[in-house]
Amino acid sequence: MDATSTAVIITEELTRSFGAHIAVNNLTLRIEAGEVFGFLGHNGAGKTTTVRLLNGVLAPTSGSVRVFGLDPTTAGHRIRARTGVLTETPALDSRLTARATLLHFAEVYGVPARDRRRRVDELLATFELQKRADSKVGGFSKGMRQRLALARTLIHDPDIIFLDEPTSGLDPVAIRDVHQMIEWLTHRGRTVFLCTHNLAEAERLCDRVAVLAQGRVLAIGTTRELGSRLNRGHRISVEVDASDIARAVKLFAATPPVSLAEAVTDRAAVRNGSASIVLHGVSRPDIPQIIQTATEQGIKLYRVQPEEPSLEDVYFALQEL
Amino acid sequence: MNWGAVWAIARKDAMVALRTRAVVLPLIIVPLVLMVGVPVLVGLISGMATHIDAPSSDMTELTNALPPDFGEQYAGLTEVQAGYIYFILYLFAPMYLVLPLMASSVVAADSFAGEKERKTLEALVYTPTTDRELLLAKILGGWIPGSLVGLVGFIVYAIVADIMTLYVAGRIVLPNPLWLLLAFWVGPAAAALGLGVTVIASSRVNTFQEAYQIGSLIVLPIVLLVVGQAAGAFILSNWLVALMGLVLWIINAIIFAIATATFRRTALMARL
Ligand SMILES: Nc1ncnc2c1ncn2[C@@H]1O[C@H](COP(=O)(O)OP(=O)(O)OP(=O)(O)O)[C@@H](O)[C@H]1O
Ligand SMILES: [Mg+2]
Repeated sequence: MDATSTAVIITEELTRSFGAHIAVNNLTLRIEAGEVFGFLGHNGAGKTTTVRLLNGVLAPTSGSVRVFGLDPTTAGHRIRARTGVLTETPALDSRLTARATLLHFAEVYGVPARDRRRRVDELLATFELQKRADSKVGGFSKGMRQRLALARTLIHDPDIIFLDEPTSGLDPVAIRDVHQMIEWLTHRGRTVFLCTHNLAEAERLCDRVAVLAQGRVLAIGTTRELGSRLNRGHRISVEVDASDIARAVKLFAATPPVSLAEAVTDRAAVRNGSASIVLHGVSRPDIPQIIQTATEQGIKLYRVQPEEPSLEDVYFALQEL
Repeated sequence: MNWGAVWAIARKDAMVALRTRAVVLPLIIVPLVLMVGVPVLVGLISGMATHIDAPSSDMTELTNALPPDFGEQYAGLTEVQAGYIYFILYLFAPMYLVLPLMASSVVAADSFAGEKERKTLEALVYTPTTDRELLLAKILGGWIPGSLVGLVGFIVYAIVADIMTLYVAGRIVLPNPLWLLLAFWVGPAAAALGLGVTVIASSRVNTFQEAYQIGSLIVLPIVLLVVGQAAGAFILSNWLVALMGLVLWIINAIIFAIATATFRRTALMARL
């Protein structure tokens, strides 16, 4: 590990197993200061375990970790003084008020006594919790709990922020708020380690992502690099007039680069007297060609939409590479 | 040692526990029954007995198992009067230890097993504390309220007992050296023991109730003390009480040395 590096997290062949099950398998990572790093994987991929290993609250089975150049197994407390972790479940004591929760953690994290009230008020304002600041957390909605947990994560203004699925289970408005929050953090030069199973979220927010499956990294790179590799072989859904369905399927199937055209059930379309077809093997740049072909053949098109690639698509694409 | 964090965690544990009904109820009911109810009830019965059959017999007939200087000190009292004072000062003494034991055990059950139950443990392990600091914080968070409940219980008992002995025998008997030793030396040790046992129990179970129930078993040895003394097997003396305290503190030292040597948050998380 060279001395001039600006990497804040370095792992080498990091492995953690539980009995015979390997939760994190030979993970080698290097994350630079100020980066937003996406850790993308399904349930059980090893995201939470990795966050725990990096913060010294779980011991590795083998391999090495350095965070800020420190070893989490021996200097965990010094690392944790400079990291903030938003855990998967908010882990809030429902018997405390929002304000008391933040004041308590401000004290635990060593925020100087004279700054605590101001810091807590700032965070309550940032996360729009002032109105309920003095109510017990027990009565909070899921979104409010998540905002409070985020505020707690930032209480000591950490250098690295770990966010473990920060938007899972939230409604669209709450998700937007959390995304804005992450952008705000990155503008302030903080390093963000974002665990998610949402590809769109990772693409939108992250500089680089690692795609993780069963504890192993399948791919790692900038979202742009991965994006172009991954955008191959995506799908487009097309809505045509119900009377044209058979003709349209035959036509699209014969239009390169479409690999497969299949009619799918879409109740919303049926109610409108139309039908849906999913085209495989095509992506955004192919849309004008598809529209043109359909129009030339007199097929009535109501909607053409590229489908968001799912994590499955990513896994599939990566396994093919 | 990061005392700021240790103190913050300990204080929050104690304060929040003392605002939780499952914790506060036993902390109020047990002292009330034990330290007020029992001396008042026995006092009223003794009082009636004294007032009914007047000064008839004297103390010489009272069991010769009494402490040596007890007779001199309370010469001139009737058997019933001296018996009540004997009850207040000696027979009841071991029962007092139930208080700090139970109090620290309840708070510890809340702060350890309750932490698991409420799923707040994860926020705690990510704090910038060392394993030793975290353990110390959790111990202090149970020990301080446990000891305080013990001391408050002692003060209440002293007041109630004095009123009752005044009523029954026209004397004030507390505080005396034996009870001061009990309250300030043995009590805090009992609180620490209750805590230690509950902490160990908490690491094996998942709910506050289970931890509390196992922790409560520690009260059994006290029952032995009570029965033993009542049966005349021994009599508490200042020396015996001081020694009892010493033994408890030694046991505590061993328990906590083992706990510090073995407590690892990484082990906790591996089981989570
Ligand atoms: N303490 C533990 N004991 C046993 N197995 C564990 C433990 N922690 C994690 N695992 C296993 O390790 C694997 C990785 O778990 P991990 O929680 O890291 O996944 P994740 O990517 O965070 O998943 P999710 O999206 O569900 O949060 C899973 O198969 C899980 O069952
Ligand atoms: Mg997880």
